[in-house]
Amino acid sequence: MSLGSAIPQPLEEERAARPLLEVRVVVKRFGNHEVLKGISLTIAAGEFITLLGESGSGKTTMLRLIAGFEQPSSGEIWMNGSRLDTLPPYKRRVNTVFQQYALFPHLNVRDNVAYGLRVTNTPSIEIDTRVIDALRMVKMDSFASARPATLSGGQQQRVALARALVNRPLLLLLDEPLSALDANLRKEMQSELKSLQREVGITFLFVTHDQDEAMALSDRIALLRNGALEQIGSPREIYSHPATAYTARFIGQTNLLRAEIRGGVATCGALRWPTSAPDGPAVFSLRPEAIRLADTVADSAAANPSAPEARFAAIVKQQLYGGASELLEVECGGQTLRVKISARGPLSGKQDFIFSAKDAVRVTE
Amino acid sequence: MSATPTTATMRSSASATRRAPLLAAYAWLVFAFIYLPIIVLIVYSFNRDGVGGFPPHHLTLDWYRQLFGDGAIWTSVLNSLIVAACSVALSLTLGLPAALALDRANFPGKSLFRRLVLLPLILPGIITGLSLLMFAVCAGAHLSLLTVFLGHGTALISVATTELFAGLQKMDRAQEEASLDLGATPLQTFWRVTLPNLKLSLIAAGLLIFTLSMDEIAVTFFLIGRDNTLPLEIWGRLRRGITPEINAISTLIFAASVILIVIWFQLRTRAQRKAL
Repeated sequence: MSLGSAIPQPLEEERAARPLLEVRVVVKRFGNHEVLKGISLTIAAGEFITLLGESGSGKTTMLRLIAGFEQPSSGEIWMNGSRLDTLPPYKRRVNTVFQQYALFPHLNVRDNVAYGLRVTNTPSIEIDTRVIDALRMVKMDSFASARPATLSGGQQQRVALARALVNRPLLLLLDEPLSALDANLRKEMQSELKSLQREVGITFLFVTHDQDEAMALSDRIALLRNGALEQIGSPREIYSHPATAYTARFIGQTNLLRAEIRGGVATCGALRWPTSAPDGPAVFSLRPEAIRLADTVADSAAANPSAPEARFAAIVKQQLYGGASELLEVECGGQTLRVKISARGPLSGKQDFIFSAKDAVRVTE
Repeated sequence: MSATPTTATMRSSASATRRAPLLAAYAWLVFAFIYLPIIVLIVYSFNRDGVGGFPPHHLTLDWYRQLFGDGAIWTSVLNSLIVAACSVALSLTLGLPAALALDRANFPGKSLFRRLVLLPLILPGIITGLSLLMFAVCAGAHLSLLTVFLGHGTALISVATTELFAGLQKMDRAQEEASLDLGATPLQTFWRVTLPNLKLSLIAAGLLIFTLSMDEIAVTFFLIGRDNTLPLEIWGRLRRGITPEINAISTLIFAASVILIVIWFQLRTRAQRKAL
């Protein structure tokens, strides 16, 4: 794919050289219902990858297949060059942070964290130091003797993380671990999770339905839709070059333009812009922030032929103030467009707008 | 917004608990019907003149003194305690696998099994007792405390199964998955996670089975040999006429039962609160 990503990706080679986990054409059926429709996915050692999708997209099922709580109906999962999907969960070097944490209520924090080491007969001196280290890492060492029921959601979250990481898994699975937390705590935990992952260097496979969370945390996002992989790539790649209309809509806001191309020019209502795509109907995604007001001095100068732009007039229908930015709904020849500009005071009536032709990204339906 | 549903619920609950003096009186009547005989029994256990004469004039602890010197009664109490304790052990040991099977295995006839498992409790004790007697005779067993224990233990498996099944249903399965995920084998998971989670259900079932076994009479009657359990001892003495000594032992049994039931109830509510 010649996506022409602005950011060089030196990691790409390393990823290809050291795949940690390989999912090979995995299908999962529950009765007649096909939840996963032949997923193939390669995860590199040390990366933070997110399975993103709506509820029912199959992301949790994928996670449960890797953890070993479900068996694939067909296909294989490999880890570090050996077959993973035939092993029971307790023989996999994979640990999970569960959505509702699933801490053991009858054990205190220390014993919860020590659980995985105890059942695998780790020497007790080693258990003590590793448990303390793990609790320190998540800043819960002062709660070692507390029962889970006495902890807040955020604290339970940290204990669940320590309990999984203390076993030094090759792969950590996180099943919507932040969804039970309130908004502020969520933001805080997101940044802690990210730095924790860098610190321990363990591969994180994160499952969420929250696209902002996925964008903020991930090295790569795998977007699932109805049990199939819609698109996979870095957050920047996916955002700036969505392959499908679904991806463009799901990740961030967008204007979908149904255009007709003739002779290198795309036409959608009153909008016209140059394109290299062949003649015929096509759908384009144009992000709201790619459109700007055409009233600055730079825009009145002669158009730059190497970066062709499209100009159009539209009526401002609605203006939503959002602090640093404002979201406009404008109407142009019966078609409503969303425009995101930096905050600049009330607007009304007819205005001139402009966008760069390269920002209209062609997507498949 | 939130005020509307609140007032609505308040109104409906107020109308649901409006004053209904007739219903209240009826409730008290039912209550009296159940507990007055027991109160009479308790009062007469302190009456010097025995069970005749109302109201009792002279209160005394003589009957209790006589009771504590009565060897036959205490032998029967000991027999009952042994049978009850062994029945608890047997029915819980056999009931737990049955409850586990009902909760997580699929097998042919499962729904039938679930419906039939309570049958020994619903069947008249005479039928259970008679069938167990026939079985014991066919098996060539000598009737003794052992047959009584086997009878109670097997009949009460149904109670153990239902109680433990309810406990398993309330349990968070993610905990067992977490245990497997952390490297514990299924057996380790059972000992370290499933069983501790079932602790309250096990205690509650044990208490219930213990009390049921303690005052069982119909099944016991068929299976007992020369020994006596406490209910049979009391029943035997009643045929020779009522003495306040019987009232005294009954009062003690009543007190013990109340204590056990209160413990059972509190464990249950605590378990329910935990599940929320």
